[in-house]
Amino acid sequence: MNVRPWVESARVELLLFVREPTTAIFALVMPVIFTVILSAVFGDTPDQNGEIFRGVGGSTYYAPAYIGLAAASVGVVILPTHLAGYRERGILRRLRAGGVPVTAVLLGQVAVALVLSAVGGVLVVLTAFASAEPAAAVDPWGVVVAGVVGALAFALIGLALGALLPTARAAQGAGILVWFLVLMLGGAGPPPEVLPDAMATVGDLTPLRPLITALQDPWFGNGWNVGMLGVLAAIGVAAWTVAAFRLSRD
Amino acid sequence: MPDISVRGLRKSYGSVHAVRDVSFDVGRGEIVGILGPNGSGKTTTVECLQGLRHADDGELSVLGLDPRTQVAEIRRRVGSQLQDSALPEKIKVVEAIRLFASVGGGSDVDRLLADWGLSAKRTAAFGSLSGGQRQRLFIALALVNRPQLVFLDEMTTGLDPAARHEAWRLIEQVRELGTTVVLVTHFLDEAERLCDRLVVIQHGVVSATGTPAELVARHGGGVSATFTADLDPADLAALPGVSAAGRRGRSVEVRGSAEALLHLGHTLVERGTLPTDLRIHQPTLEDAYFRLVGDRDDDVDADTPDEGAR
Repeated sequence: MNVRPWVESARVELLLFVREPTTAIFALVMPVIFTVILSAVFGDTPDQNGEIFRGVGGSTYYAPAYIGLAAASVGVVILPTHLAGYRERGILRRLRAGGVPVTAVLLGQVAVALVLSAVGGVLVVLTAFASAEPAAAVDPWGVVVAGVVGALAFALIGLALGALLPTARAAQGAGILVWFLVLMLGGAGPPPEVLPDAMATVGDLTPLRPLITALQDPWFGNGWNVGMLGVLAAIGVAAWTVAAFRLSRD
Repeated sequence: MPDISVRGLRKSYGSVHAVRDVSFDVGRGEIVGILGPNGSGKTTTVECLQGLRHADDGELSVLGLDPRTQVAEIRRRVGSQLQDSALPEKIKVVEAIRLFASVGGGSDVDRLLADWGLSAKRTAAFGSLSGGQRQRLFIALALVNRPQLVFLDEMTTGLDPAARHEAWRLIEQVRELGTTVVLVTHFLDEAERLCDRLVVIQHGVVSATGTPAELVARHGGGVSATFTADLDPADLAALPGVSAAGRRGRSVEVRGSAEALLHLGHTLVERGTLPTDLRIHQPTLEDAYFRLVGDRDDDVDADTPDEGAR
């Protein structure tokens, strides 16, 4: 197989993102702002009976949660807008007609999403330690693994949204709406423990919830949450199937 | 075996029958033009041939391959310049060419840039190019992997007259290399200059095919001569090849085949009648085209749907 179109696609996609840094600001800056504000609001007094912050302090609770939010921002806002724009303007058709495999373009965008999510996650952690005193991660490698799996799942969700929504504007509008919903109910806003039952149930159904849990468990010393990692993997596979099916059709 | 063979192609978008019944062949090394009003099914036809759309029915063969099942192989061997398509705003010209070149056996990037007048724009972003520069880049991208067959859909739309003539010259060079070209166009002068054969599509059906000269002869409406002379047009009506002769004001107008002109000239000289205001109108491809399709591009009932959500 000729791997050159794959390498070239990934290279071009990375270059395009580097040249348009404003698109990345949303994903990188929003989680950082939330980290600063919420760490300041809640401090880090451990939550003794575990009713609100799963037995840890606020800033310890939110540090891994916002690593997850960085990945979610890339997945639900940045990627769908980019891909829907490609479809809307006939870029995907052009590339496809030129023999550039659409899958290569998509994987290039996934690679970009992983890099952006990683940068976003690192910024969140640096900000958390600079602005407050969260407890350090008990199992950092567990956090990294959950972060990679989660970023991949959200990147694939982003491709599915970008494949389904008709225009870049629609994708951006829908993306920001989904982003707020996921943020507020999925565990990056009020802790799920304090949400009314109905909202907590909706929150449990957002893909951010398993990611935040999968990030927090190794951070807090509860070990790897294999179940939640499995849920994220399943979400990723489902999203990829939707994207591939939609883009393969006329 | 022809490079392209189409038999009974049919394609609908919901209730809109974009292509009803299209059949034609394109031989190796030929330049074949596809003409027709907007929405007549030209673009849908070439998109089905490139495997960009799935034909509902019909037998299609492109370089001996089936566009419905062997699409990857076709895309490797066929060049394509699409209507209504774009590249990312921030991609540089040379990056786009390298990306497209990565699919095939590679190409002389510098030569290609020079041929299409893009050397100075090598590192310019796609978004900063003028309409004509974009169009030239698209044609260059279609040719980057030296395809055996190339589809050019409205290649010169948006080019200024000088750039159009330059594009024609380069397409003639491409032909010299033995490349087969399918040219979808609205410009009849372009079709007449470049194409070996033409296929006219109307309402999703082929309404005429032939060389430009054949179409002019068949559908152009014949030659006409107008002059002032003191004679009875009825005397001229009997000349071989003349289809009509009459008076229009003080002028005499004679219509007919090219042969009729020779007999008319002979008769006038014989009679010593040498009009000083003789005007001859030779039918052009434009005359033939408008006689075929009518004067208005109003074939909107079969307009292709918005290409956006692809």
